[in-house]
Amino acid sequence: MELNISLSPEILFNLGPIPVTNSLFWSLIISVFLMLFFYRAGRNLKTRPSKFQNLIELLIEESYKFTGLITNNPQRTKKIFPLVLTMFIFILACNLFTFMPGQSAVSIQTEQGLVPVFRAVMADYSMVFVLTAITVILVQIITILTNGPFNYLKKFINLGGPLKFFLGVMELIGELAKIISLSFRLFGNIFAGEVLGLVILSLIPFFVPLPFLFLSLLTSVIQAFVFSVLTLVFANMASQIPENE
Amino acid sequence: MEMEQEVFKTLGAGLAMGLGAIGPGIGEGIIASRALAAIGRNPSADKKIVPLMFVTMAIAESTGIYSLVIALIILFG
Repeated sequence: MELNISLSPEILFNLGPIPVTNSLFWSLIISVFLMLFFYRAGRNLKTRPSKFQNLIELLIEESYKFTGLITNNPQRTKKIFPLVLTMFIFILACNLFTFMPGQSAVSIQTEQGLVPVFRAVMADYSMVFVLTAITVILVQIITILTNGPFNYLKKFINLGGPLKFFLGVMELIGELAKIISLSFRLFGNIFAGEVLGLVILSLIPFFVPLPFLFLSLLTSVIQAFVFSVLTLVFANMASQIPENE
Repeated sequence: MEMEQEVFKTLGAGLAMGLGAIGPGIGEGIIASRALAAIGRNPSADKKIVPLMFVTMAIAESTGIYSLVIALIILFG
């Protein structure tokens, strides 16, 4: 039994000096699809909405209400909402495209042998890492803006005593661990779902993989939700001025 | 000798993942049971409780994710 599992995405073709991998290819296709979809949705808005417009309005209104429930502040909600909803929709679309039937059979012949054209976009660590980098850099910028640069540095390097210094170092490690846990949560879940599906499919090909497919469908929705909600919570926590001791 | 190293690598990855999944499993169970109990006590507060439950579950899951990273590094790194 030979299973084809690789951590890194396969290279489809080279565009000059840039190698184009299958996950990059699919993330571009999904991005274009989403852009066209929402351009079409926002082009002719009517006061009496069509069914399609109703659906989009429902999605945006409900998620706006939900964001307001967490931030508890209309101004902050207005600022953070576009980023969080975009992240949610992009991750959800990437994860759900994995369940399109028949896509895993499509493959092309390259120099490295037979390469599948489709790969779950979030099962490529570089993609997830970029999303996490956006979150983490945003959180640092918000912290600096609310506390001022001096207080921001004081949070990590505090020379007011051995205990405070130690707590500052722990804070720094906590920030670094945030990057790892946030990115590997999404990556690990999607990658594990792919591998699990492959293993079960190679053991028993009929009917038995169905519950596992359902489980990974559930995970992909929940992980998209968790990633965007954690972004929201981190940004919201950073924008609150800490109480004075 | 090389064969033995491969065997121990696979064994280590399996152990890392299996043992690392115990803690998050128990923790997430506790979180879910408490959240459900809270919703049962006050059903109108579910909109505030459910997102908080998912976020705390995600944080409880972190150690499991760390062991997954270790297992992947052992297997493929």
